[in-house]
Amino acid sequence: MADKVIQAIKINKHFDGAQQQHVLKDVSFSVDKGDFTSIVGKSGCGKSTLLYILSTMDTDYEGDLLIDNDPMRLKNEAELARVRNEKIGFVFQFHYLLNEFSVLRNVMIPGLKLGKYAEKELEHRAMEKLKIFGIDDQALKMPNQLSGGQKQRVAIARALINDPIIIMGDEPTGNLDKKNGEIVFELFQKLAREFQQTLLIVTHDMEFAKATDHVIEMEDGRILNT
Amino acid sequence: MKYKLLARIALALSMARWRQTMVAAVGVAFSITMFITLLGFMNGLNDMLDGLILNRTPHIKLYNELKPSPAQPVQLAAGYKGYYHFIRSVKPYGRRLEIYNVDPIMNSIEKDDRVLGLAPKISAQVFYNVGAIDVTGVINGVDVEAENKLFFFSTYVTAGNYIDLKNIPNSIILGKSAADKMLAKIGDVVQVTTARGDRQQLKVVGYFQSGIADVDKINSYTSISTAQKLLGEPRTYITDIQVKLKDMSLAPAMAKEYRARYEVDAEDIQTANAQFETGSSVRSIISYAVGITLLIVAGFGIYNILNMMIYEKMDSIAILKATGFSGRDVKRIFIMIAISIGVIGVSFGLVFGFLASSFIDQIPFETAALPSINTYPVNYNIKFYIIGAAFGIFTTYLAGYLPSRKASKVDPVVIIRGK
Ligand SMILES: Nc1ncnc2c1ncn2[C@@H]1O[C@H](COP(=O)(O)OP(=O)(O)OP(=O)(O)O)[C@@H](O)[C@H]1O
Ligand SMILES: [Mg+2]
Repeated sequence: MADKVIQAIKINKHFDGAQQQHVLKDVSFSVDKGDFTSIVGKSGCGKSTLLYILSTMDTDYEGDLLIDNDPMRLKNEAELARVRNEKIGFVFQFHYLLNEFSVLRNVMIPGLKLGKYAEKELEHRAMEKLKIFGIDDQALKMPNQLSGGQKQRVAIARALINDPIIIMGDEPTGNLDKKNGEIVFELFQKLAREFQQTLLIVTHDMEFAKATDHVIEMEDGRILNT
Repeated sequence: MKYKLLARIALALSMARWRQTMVAAVGVAFSITMFITLLGFMNGLNDMLDGLILNRTPHIKLYNELKPSPAQPVQLAAGYKGYYHFIRSVKPYGRRLEIYNVDPIMNSIEKDDRVLGLAPKISAQVFYNVGAIDVTGVINGVDVEAENKLFFFSTYVTAGNYIDLKNIPNSIILGKSAADKMLAKIGDVVQVTTARGDRQQLKVVGYFQSGIADVDKINSYTSISTAQKLLGEPRTYITDIQVKLKDMSLAPAMAKEYRARYEVDAEDIQTANAQFETGSSVRSIISYAVGITLLIVAGFGIYNILNMMIYEKMDSIAILKATGFSGRDVKRIFIMIAISIGVIGVSFGLVFGFLASSFIDQIPFETAALPSINTYPVNYNIKFYIIGAAFGIFTTYLAGYLPSRKASKVDPVVIIRGK
């Protein structure tokens, strides 16, 4: 039996508002080490909501979440930040880069935060990651000097810098044109094949989903298959 | 290591908005400059005005006051104990003004190690004879050297040499106004009449100018021996002992102590010049109030810029949090920005405050009343710089605290969803 990187156990999520909304209903599943898993489902079915919970950024839920067999339930804010820093790489739909720092620095910052490698070494590692995505020549540019596709590749390089046990992405190709979307998708494939990187990616793109190891289908806050 | 990264992020964020950051720092610098300048100037004025009176006033003055005896015979009589006594029209008994046992008292006070020094003095009422009319005056017989050491006598002697008073027998230093009235020049001889009618010729060796015209109109100085001779009194005749303490605030308590121990009247400086102290402290309070108000205004400036920065940098904060920075880290980043604005502003403020003070110190300020002062007085007490710096940093910290807390509470999910 393979190592489980993430285990969700009966996760429920409500949004309080004018009328209370039950957005996630008894969601249970797990992701094995080295798996490339995608989550698909209609708009509004709760994919993003689930991913924010899995990434420990949202703590307002019922149920249990184990990352690397470590329960997240009782951890405080600083401990969760540490988990995100060390074990999770997150890629957003909109390439969130820090505009005040160069591309290289952007990739390095989570590594500097972790403090596992000295700065020189980290710089070297960051360049390696950028090289994987063919954007090492852009390293010293500022983020606003890059194209959308390039920015997204930088964001993925940043997600990789601390060698996380899992990379999560919320429609990472959703904001890109078809060609760039394919490039980014191929990069995820490459990460899975060549580096055995565990990936959990939310997507609308059925073609994309079909090419992954597992597809989790969601509907109205429930998981249909497992 | 950890703080280095946070500091780097703080720097990058503030550089992205360097104009506003600079305006905030300039605000702090300006208020610290004003704070230092104002306090330096106000306290310079205080020192000068203090110098006018406090410097030449003994901290404790021992003397014998002419007053009715507090215990009248009937009160002492055993037969009338327990009665109410109504005694009318009590008059002072013919006590003398001199202090009894002057030498032992002076010896004993000199040994008190709270005492900086003492100077004996004789005050005598006289008339200056100006042609056919007599003008009332007071001659102060002083121990010239002690008077100079403790009460800076020489600074008020604007013409002639103060030490001549000791070296030339029967010499006098006249108050400037009195001298003008008598048309007495240095080297002239003036005639004074004592209260008992004795006349004496005295040689004018100088003028003094205290800064208070009324004082200069009446007072003049001679040496102790000249005064004793003038009054026809022996060498032990001393009317006042002026005591200067190491710590002025002890004066009231010590005056009480001496009153009891030596059985003389003792007046402390606080009682003698209560209104003066009040003036000084009011001036200090005003300058502190103005300085602190300016700092608070500058604090609002920092508060604003940080708030603005946080609104603009919501995305960055969300990324930082998503990639593993805790709320506390984010808070530290913004506090660092605030504190750096504070530190830079305060440093410049201290330098400019010093420069502004030195500038004021150069402005000519001539006044007939204060011959020893030529430029506006400024006090460079390091205390003001320390208080200014401490308060400046503290204000910027406070101003940064609330926005930083807000930044630390930013929920990355809300920001990411909001896109
Ligand atoms: N902050 C919120 N308050 C109330 N309801 C919310 C909030 N955020 C999301 N929801 C609701 O939760 C449900 C799930 O939203 P979620 O963003 O997870 O959907 P999604 O599957 O990611 O959709 P999409 O594919 O369009 O991104 C939606 O019905 C949405 O209206
Ligand atoms: Mg979504």
